[in-house]
Amino acid sequence: MSPLSHLRQLEAESIHILREVAAECQRPVLLYSIGKDSSVLLRLAQKAFYPGPVPFPLLHIDTGYKFREMIDFRDRYTAQLGLKLIVHTNQAALDSGATPFAWGTQRCCGALKTTALLDGLRNGGFDAAIGGARRDEERSRAKERVFSFRDARGQWDPRNQRPELWNVFNTRVQPGESSRVFPLSNWTELDVWQYIHAESIPIVPLYFAKLRPMLVRGDSLLSVEQSFVPRLPGEQPQLVMCRMRSLGCSPCTGAIHSEADSVPRIIEELITMRRSERQNRVIDHDQDGSMEIKKQEGYF
Amino acid sequence: MSAATASAVPVHSPPSRDPLSSRDSEGTALTPGTFEEFLDREQSKDLLRFTTAGSVDDGKSTLIGRLLYDSRSIYDDQLESVTKASVGRNPGTIDFSLLTDGLRAEREQGITIDVAYRYFATPRRKFIIADTPGHEQYTRNMVTGASTAELAIVLVDARKGLLPQSRRHAYIASLLGLPHVIIAVNKMDLVGYDRGTFASIEADFRQFLARFQSLEPFFVPISALAGDNVVTRSSQMPWFHGPSLLEYLERVPIGKRIQNSAFRFPVQRVVRPNPEFRGYAGTVVSGYVSVGDPVVISPSGRQTSIASITTFDGDLPRAQAGQAVTLTLTGEIDVVRGDTISIPDDPPLSGSALDATLVWLNGAPAQLHKRYRLKHATRQEWAELKCIRHRLNINSLEHEHATTLEMNEIGSVHLETARPLAFDSYAKNRDTGSFILMDEVTNATVAAGLIIGAAQDGRKTLFGPITLSDRITRVSIETVNGRSQTFALPADDTEVQNAIEELLYRIRTRFPEPDWTESGGI
Repeated sequence: MSPLSHLRQLEAESIHILREVAAECQRPVLLYSIGKDSSVLLRLAQKAFYPGPVPFPLLHIDTGYKFREMIDFRDRYTAQLGLKLIVHTNQAALDSGATPFAWGTQRCCGALKTTALLDGLRNGGFDAAIGGARRDEERSRAKERVFSFRDARGQWDPRNQRPELWNVFNTRVQPGESSRVFPLSNWTELDVWQYIHAESIPIVPLYFAKLRPMLVRGDSLLSVEQSFVPRLPGEQPQLVMCRMRSLGCSPCTGAIHSEADSVPRIIEELITMRRSERQNRVIDHDQDGSMEIKKQEGYF
Repeated sequence: MSAATASAVPVHSPPSRDPLSSRDSEGTALTPGTFEEFLDREQSKDLLRFTTAGSVDDGKSTLIGRLLYDSRSIYDDQLESVTKASVGRNPGTIDFSLLTDGLRAEREQGITIDVAYRYFATPRRKFIIADTPGHEQYTRNMVTGASTAELAIVLVDARKGLLPQSRRHAYIASLLGLPHVIIAVNKMDLVGYDRGTFASIEADFRQFLARFQSLEPFFVPISALAGDNVVTRSSQMPWFHGPSLLEYLERVPIGKRIQNSAFRFPVQRVVRPNPEFRGYAGTVVSGYVSVGDPVVISPSGRQTSIASITTFDGDLPRAQAGQAVTLTLTGEIDVVRGDTISIPDDPPLSGSALDATLVWLNGAPAQLHKRYRLKHATRQEWAELKCIRHRLNINSLEHEHATTLEMNEIGSVHLETARPLAFDSYAKNRDTGSFILMDEVTNATVAAGLIIGAAQDGRKTLFGPITLSDRITRVSIETVNGRSQTFALPADDTEVQNAIEELLYRIRTRFPEPDWTESGGI
């Protein structure tokens, strides 16, 4: 028999990881971010436990500023799959006026994402949080383990990681400590899109190009969903043919000019495009190595 | 920080590669097809994992940066950020080594300190690189990187020849069972592309490698900095008639060994969503299996056959190495996580006394007679380190007397597990021949283990099928709700064994796995 294709190998390895989590961790949870990688994770979880149900709930950290289409998709799709969904929001920070403009992106992310995530995990007593992060996304993630150990404060120590050999995963933690588990570690952005195409996996329509009202500032296309996004004098939204390359909070996620309105066209665009995926995410550029700092503090 | 400055090269555009075309074996473009045909081709590519070893001065990061850059795996904004970051060191140039040195601390020190994974693809194949540092104290990182690889690239500096560390890297590649190794003699530009220099390094290395018969070496003279023989064949070295490094990576045959090995299936989870279905989820780690095939369960030794191969995408007639599936078995057989399903003609060994090679990974040295948590495939057991037979001097490859193993040391040991394991030698099967040791208190992964075989002078040597007392232990440990019973049962008796087997089966069928997500346990 010929070897499996790379896509089927990646699929099988991710299924192996998900099953190890379910078998060895006490209270796992799948961190559901609604994006394309999360959609792939859900399909892999269905496959891993078939014909049984997915044996853990989903946790969505809702900052309150996600695109409306994301929330619609989340509620519809998780209900359709019969999955249990927990939504956690740092309401106290929102009530205190947390926005990326009033607080700055670092403080806003810290409160609405990092703090909310740590609280959400603690509230549920979860000892393993499964996420869709990939090593090819950002430089500091290239060294992330599949099972990434976090201390009792949820923090990551890049200098003291457990060696990870073969497919034998050390899932052991003390009470209060936890693991972040990344079944898609070895997938690239192109692998994810090819898998979505091969498996006809539903994704949020924001990924597909259509005419959308956007603020156009040089190369940047900014969503007008949140009324607190400041306008320049006389600035009006324009209808622009565009799509989202990755999904986040609407004030901090720029769109890209695109005509790609189907998965094959997105793949075609991706292959010819020379800009990396997180480039339209404002948060990575705050300072050199900023993702690594966020991760040490507990950000996913 | 000579590595950073030495690897800085002028900015230029990578070779354009039309995504809609693929190349034939001579590197010329094939007729472009439709986009759907392109997607089909993309999906049917295979995957090669390789590891790279070499010190900072060997130009390893430059080589990887070059492979990523020339295969267009680097985006403009990533290039901008490394160009920006390298301004202080050598303004206006791309420092390829910065593309792979991820962490801030490393950028400041100018060295790579851990295993980093990189991804690139060509029209022929997808690649995953485990990029590991070559420093003496980081043997553990190379072992980690090599554990999932099928091929190693060992970098040699053409000016320095065969150094002790190159020998170490080749030895580790052989120890970890990699079938292929590329010896890339780098910095050929600095020796005037001299044929004699390359030939003499090759001769030295071949003599050293002769003792590792499992390794298939390929020697290639390159300049990572100038790009000679990395992606395309170099006009500077017309005397070299072999393929470029990338051409070799694209064509080396892979995956044959696990496909041709005996069938092994370590059980990950028992799947019983309803009383009608009882299946065993796991990955076929070697060989293949078809519906109707006879199989043996280890360690119980019971035989049965495959009733079905279930997946989300429908039942399969056959499953091959690498596939994650769910097997159902004929008859009422008790199987739990950690058991192994195998081909009866070539079953795994079964026993609790093991001879193994340990690579010590932790700052706290190995302790004789200490209890460690051992994880082998999908099974965890207590294990005691009974004796260290010898330590290997990784430079001379000679055996030395030792009473402990320090971090980065490799030794041959005798271990005993609390209950028997079903295992193979590492040489025979990477997945059922490997394990890790974890510290009972800190939970750190302290050692990587490669099984040599059953220990000859152990307290208990080979085990037969699981005994009655093992079964009773399992009944009492695994009775649902934790209420264990002490059984007074007659001595070994097939009828009783079968009765217990059936009892276990019924207990599990009656009480499905607790699903706390449904019971409001959050």
